[in-house]
Amino acid sequence: MSAASLLPITSAAIANKYCVEARGGEEVSDYIIKAENIKKYFGGVKALDGVNLEIKKGEIHCLAGENGCGKSTIINIISGFYTLDSGTIEIDGTKYEKMNPKQAIANGIQVIYQDLSLFPNLTVMENLAINMEVAASRKFVSKARMRKIAEAAVAKIGFKIDLDETVENLTVGMRQMIAISRALLNDAKLIIMDEPTTAITKREVKSLFKIIKQLQAQGIAVLFVSHKLDEVFEIAERFTIFRSGKNVASGNTSELDQNKFTYYMTGREIISSHYEYTRENAQNVLEVKNLSLKNGFKDVSFSLKQGEIVGITGLLGSGRTELAETLFGYHAADSGEIFIEGKKVEIRSIKQGIENGIGYLPSDRVTEGLFLSQPIVDNISIEKWHDYANCLGKIDRTQIEKMTEHWAKELSIALHNIEDPVGTLSGGNQQKCVLAKWLALDLKVLILNGPTVGVDIGAKFDIYELVKRLAKHGLTVIIISDDLPEVLTNCNRVMVMQSGRLVETLSTQGLDESRLAELAN
Amino acid sequence: MDTIKNAINRDKNLTRLLVVFLMVFVLCTVLKGSMFISVSNFQSMGKQFPEFGLLSIAMAFTLFTAGIDLSVVAIANLCAVLMAKFLSLLIVPDMGSSTVFMMIAAACLMAIIVSILCGALNGFLIGVIGITPILATLGTQALFTGFAIVMTNGSTLGGLPKQLSATINSGIMGIPVPIIIFVVFAAIAAFVMSKTTLGYKLRMLGTSAKASTFSGFDNVRLFIINYVLSAVFSAAAGIIMLGRFNSAKADYGASYLMEAILIAVLGGVDPYGGKGNISGVIVATIIVQMVSSWLNMYEDISNFYRQIIWGGLLIFVLIYNYVVNEREKRQAMKG
Repeated sequence: MSAASLLPITSAAIANKYCVEARGGEEVSDYIIKAENIKKYFGGVKALDGVNLEIKKGEIHCLAGENGCGKSTIINIISGFYTLDSGTIEIDGTKYEKMNPKQAIANGIQVIYQDLSLFPNLTVMENLAINMEVAASRKFVSKARMRKIAEAAVAKIGFKIDLDETVENLTVGMRQMIAISRALLNDAKLIIMDEPTTAITKREVKSLFKIIKQLQAQGIAVLFVSHKLDEVFEIAERFTIFRSGKNVASGNTSELDQNKFTYYMTGREIISSHYEYTRENAQNVLEVKNLSLKNGFKDVSFSLKQGEIVGITGLLGSGRTELAETLFGYHAADSGEIFIEGKKVEIRSIKQGIENGIGYLPSDRVTEGLFLSQPIVDNISIEKWHDYANCLGKIDRTQIEKMTEHWAKELSIALHNIEDPVGTLSGGNQQKCVLAKWLALDLKVLILNGPTVGVDIGAKFDIYELVKRLAKHGLTVIIISDDLPEVLTNCNRVMVMQSGRLVETLSTQGLDESRLAELAN
Repeated sequence: MDTIKNAINRDKNLTRLLVVFLMVFVLCTVLKGSMFISVSNFQSMGKQFPEFGLLSIAMAFTLFTAGIDLSVVAIANLCAVLMAKFLSLLIVPDMGSSTVFMMIAAACLMAIIVSILCGALNGFLIGVIGITPILATLGTQALFTGFAIVMTNGSTLGGLPKQLSATINSGIMGIPVPIIIFVVFAAIAAFVMSKTTLGYKLRMLGTSAKASTFSGFDNVRLFIINYVLSAVFSAAAGIIMLGRFNSAKADYGASYLMEAILIAVLGGVDPYGGKGNISGVIVATIIVQMVSSWLNMYEDISNFYRQIIWGGLLIFVLIYNYVVNEREKRQAMKG
């Protein structure tokens, strides 16, 4: 890997560069923002250890890094929500030692957080206009005035929408557009988007990118936080990567490739290989015949052999999640049959699903997969409580602690204490906890629904390797995913669903991503 | 030293409560001296706290699953009224003492069965129909109290066998019987809630009903067990009240509902569910009893002020817990 082309940044190099520039042009800055040597501590913990971030006017800049690398901290410092401990921020040539959110907004800095900060129960118009109405400290609202504001806002990005629609009825992609239009009302010069593409569909990503380009044409800079390399390539001109509160690299995206990108983010070389299914004469573990669920899917039939990893892909609403939830027992199928190892079984409740050796990692680990405020040990051992309880129901605490330690080691879950709430872990480690809970049982089929959504690259590859290792040992795995490269490398077969029907089953051997994308859409 | 440190760290809540307990104890002793530190005062405190202590544990069960049971006092009174009816109907003056005890035992059994039905109704409304606990139990509170009022015509039922009140008001080796009942029930509650699969599952249910479903737990069954437990503890409180007052009425212990919520929350049970333990509730029960007895020693503080004091204290504890939680959350974020 050539370091020269990528300019790994050292503090000394930065300091030199800045001295020269400071002597050079004082009047007009090329940069909308220049954050220098920013340090931020929380208690005794260093969140940012002298990082630099510079964004040119009207450029699209990508900020990447794993969870906990300091991305959110720097965003909160630039937008004035955190006060920095040392360092300086220069906005459009003016230096600030300290900054509050009001100053940041006055300087044209707008943040679009992942949750978008919209009021779901209000209409589009109300959401767009409410800040202005409140800022003007009006006691009475005027619908006509609000409509004008809202119309002006959506016109800025040429986005068509019914202003009287309630926000909760809109897709995440449309909500994002509303948040962007709202940000533009305040004469934004820099819009920071915190992982805007995690919750939206491919098509919505396309229109988002179109709008980002439009903003750029208007001279607005965009700081795009993402760790999906293909997106970074497509949209950003320059990038900055943080790791553990420090700059690791920055430069032009054209100089980046997947291996370098992953290396900078994780600090380790990661090679992922295609999953080769080599078992001969393996028996059918799961067989489904004409399974149907009202408003879910229809006439689905397939069979999975021992040790297979099979992907299911398809658009949201294609019935893939309902299918998984039915196999697990969350829904009871209206018709059809399920066979486990050749025997017909009844799966009409989750209890029956688990008894038949089926585990399910839900798509929303935060609300469905984990009890965030409860200790890690209880989250991991939950399915084994009955096995470690005596006749009075008393759980043997040392046993479940032991098994938790065992699985934490096995899955390399980074934790301080197994009594800590599971919610204090990073997304990747949380997901590993959900996996550990299922692996503690002797499963036949493990269904993973979006196993790597919101998970760091490092943890993502850990999960892939783990799943492949388990499959080699005979576990049958279903991976439901939008991430086509994920499906192509980690599965030996892929099934495509479309509006509730299983339309295609293919071997991933030699399958092209664009061909699969075509089928899935 | 290290083991003490570990114990303190493991249960900060209990440590905090024990500190409050000591502070209140010292304060009461300093302010009221020999009047507070007296055998008779301790004895009367010992007779008073078990009934609302049991109601507080009943309340704690339901707060634990992010619910609430407003019908605890109503169930206690309904059970007491039914027992009084049953005993006054069946016991004739010249009955042998052993037969009377058998009748009393039968009446207790009936009270427990009725309470199980009451709790099951609460659990059904909450778990199966999906009514918010606060509204479901507000409804059943009126329903159960209503039954008791109709049965008694709103009057006080007396005429109980003297063996009942004699037993409840007696002591074994100087320990009042209500305390013994309380200790047995509290020990069972503490064991179930913090050691068993059932307690673990209820804690999880209180944290997230959705994640509980996805873990394969039967939420409906858990809700029903939860409210049945609450009701059975309420019935035990009702039995003690019946013996102590030697009578039953539909609206005895009107202030107990408020006190039960106060004690459970003071004891560290999170009203949002999933956090807290019974040992905290036990210490909180004794703290509230001490404050109550101490207030009684001031003749110029009328009983009419109680509502204000308990209400104010509840709001203070809620605010305090909120502040502590926020601080812990911030610390957790930094760590």
